[in-house]
Amino acid sequence: MLTETAGSGRVEAEERRKVRRSWLLSAPALTVLFMAASGPLLIVLVYSFLEPAEYGGVVWKFSDEAWFKVVFQRDIFDGTLSFADAHLMILWRSVRIAFLTTLTTLAFGFPTAYFIATRPASDRNIWLFLITIPFWTNLLIRTFAILEVIRNEGIINTGLKLAGIIDQPIQMLYSDFAIMVGMTYVYLPLMVLPLYASMERLDFRLVEAAYDLYASRLAVLRRIIVPLVKPGIVAGSILVFVPALGAYVTPRVLGGGKNMMLGNLIELQFGAGRNWSLGAALSITLLAIVMIVLLFYVRAVQRASEARQ
Amino acid sequence: MQALDDVSVTIRENEFFTLLGPSGCGKTTLLRLIAGFDQPTRGTILLQGQDISHLPPYQRSVNTVFQSYALFPHMTVAENIGFGLEMLGKPKSEVRETADRMLKLVRMEELRDRRTDQISGGQQQRVALARALAPRPKVLLLDEPLSALDYKLRKEMQIELKRLQSETGITFIFVTHDQEEALTMSDRIAVMHAGKVLQIGSPREIYDHPADRFVADFIGDTNFLMAEVLASDGRQVRLRLASGPEIAVELPENRSASGRVTVAIRPEHARLAPDGAALNGTLENIVYLGTDTHYHVRLDGGEAFVVRNQNRRDSTEALQAGAPVGIAFEPDSVQVLRD
Repeated sequence: MLTETAGSGRVEAEERRKVRRSWLLSAPALTVLFMAASGPLLIVLVYSFLEPAEYGGVVWKFSDEAWFKVVFQRDIFDGTLSFADAHLMILWRSVRIAFLTTLTTLAFGFPTAYFIATRPASDRNIWLFLITIPFWTNLLIRTFAILEVIRNEGIINTGLKLAGIIDQPIQMLYSDFAIMVGMTYVYLPLMVLPLYASMERLDFRLVEAAYDLYASRLAVLRRIIVPLVKPGIVAGSILVFVPALGAYVTPRVLGGGKNMMLGNLIELQFGAGRNWSLGAALSITLLAIVMIVLLFYVRAVQRASEARQ
Repeated sequence: MQALDDVSVTIRENEFFTLLGPSGCGKTTLLRLIAGFDQPTRGTILLQGQDISHLPPYQRSVNTVFQSYALFPHMTVAENIGFGLEMLGKPKSEVRETADRMLKLVRMEELRDRRTDQISGGQQQRVALARALAPRPKVLLLDEPLSALDYKLRKEMQIELKRLQSETGITFIFVTHDQEEALTMSDRIAVMHAGKVLQIGSPREIYDHPADRFVADFIGDTNFLMAEVLASDGRQVRLRLASGPEIAVELPENRSASGRVTVAIRPEHARLAPDGAALNGTLENIVYLGTDTHYHVRLDGGEAFVVRNQNRRDSTEALQAGAPVGIAFEPDSVQVLRD
């Protein structure tokens, strides 16, 4: 009896040690996460409530001016208040472009993922490998490649001119359209991969069963495939929307100076604008939008898993 | 690769028709062609005189009960059952009423709002049946639907399926590799092997008058003996068995025989006889099986022969292995097989 108790006590201690050890294993990651994410974020949050120093940096004096400026602007002469049109425009453009990019990547990614998932199992890895090839090169280089394609003397315009279809080049570069093209290209793999993961698990016998029960192709897509791969659609949308909202390189290269997005605006405030506080407030705003989107995501996942149980 | 070769089958209305064969014989391929999941490279499929060979599955009045059931996991039991009618554009009230009626038919009323992964395998089977029956198809296809169930449940569902078929009056085409299942449920059976239909007939015809060696071997147990045709007069032929005796047998319709043939005798159609025996041999083994006893006999000609004897309460075991025995049978229990 006594030995048994002692034995189980030993086992318990061993279990506890194991749990402690597994915590220790995640310590490096947690440390990096804290130092690289949570810490700086806290600093940014604090900075957003301080006064900007004249040549960059902050003065340690409380001020809500930066937050005020995110939404409003004061006339230099008579001090009247009005909405900060420029900021709101950029905010709106960022959300719109990120949302449209999510839609276009979904539109292109869904058939792609479906195609890969319906290939023989041995061929799927090759297709997935091809999807990941763009990741081999730097984002900036990929973006310049797009620039080379759509600029006025680029491949498309030159080709159309040589074919005699147009006399004057079509202005595609430095527009929201150019940003969309670039972002769709850059973020497409992020949509395809989670979609594929969902579709690979899809039991295609259910698709057959639906056809058998008089469902047309469209009805099968709407009633069977989309509901069953919804987790993949949601995950892919988040993976595209979040970085697209804060995109910096693509709008900078393809949008030119005029078509700024939030990322560029923030960079401007920390750089040439020399208003670190406003930059910090804008950063937190961006974070807040992302948080709201993630909240919807968590809700959707919860509903999906509840429905599954 | 050719999965089906010159298959021609006519299935009658309101019939319980079974495609029976080992795995890889082409029975599932035939079913998928009828359902419309696959397209035939040659030949036609007629449904009530109308060519449906190249219609997509959703335009055929044919529904399938899948081996895996393939119930929609994101829908309730009732939603699954109503899906077909909904897709046919029936009004909501009709969809609901039919779903309720179907639930009653398969005795699942109390589970109507359950999710399909919250019910047992046997219940899923019933839902799959109800879902396929709800749109009242002209033909119901069943692809080995009972293979995932345990023995007792399978027995229950065999009777249940038969009841559903007669209550609904829908033509059932049932695919199985289980000969017992085929014999108990079917009006007619088509025995398939290597992409060909070997024989079509009622369970009794198939069992009592197998057309060839494969059918005789696949369904039930059989003794095969070599024989030589001595004389034939229409369907009446005289044979000499390789092991000695001459017998007169009647051939099935449209069958002729000449030269060397194989004959089949069911173990239960033969008996051990002390005298007047047609065949003689040595008793090698006695296998007691509860309901009956199998006597394994080595014939004097060297062939193996099994005699099955139903056990009675008062029967006593007098025979010993190694004893010489005689085997007797009626001439009409001898089946001449196609080469």
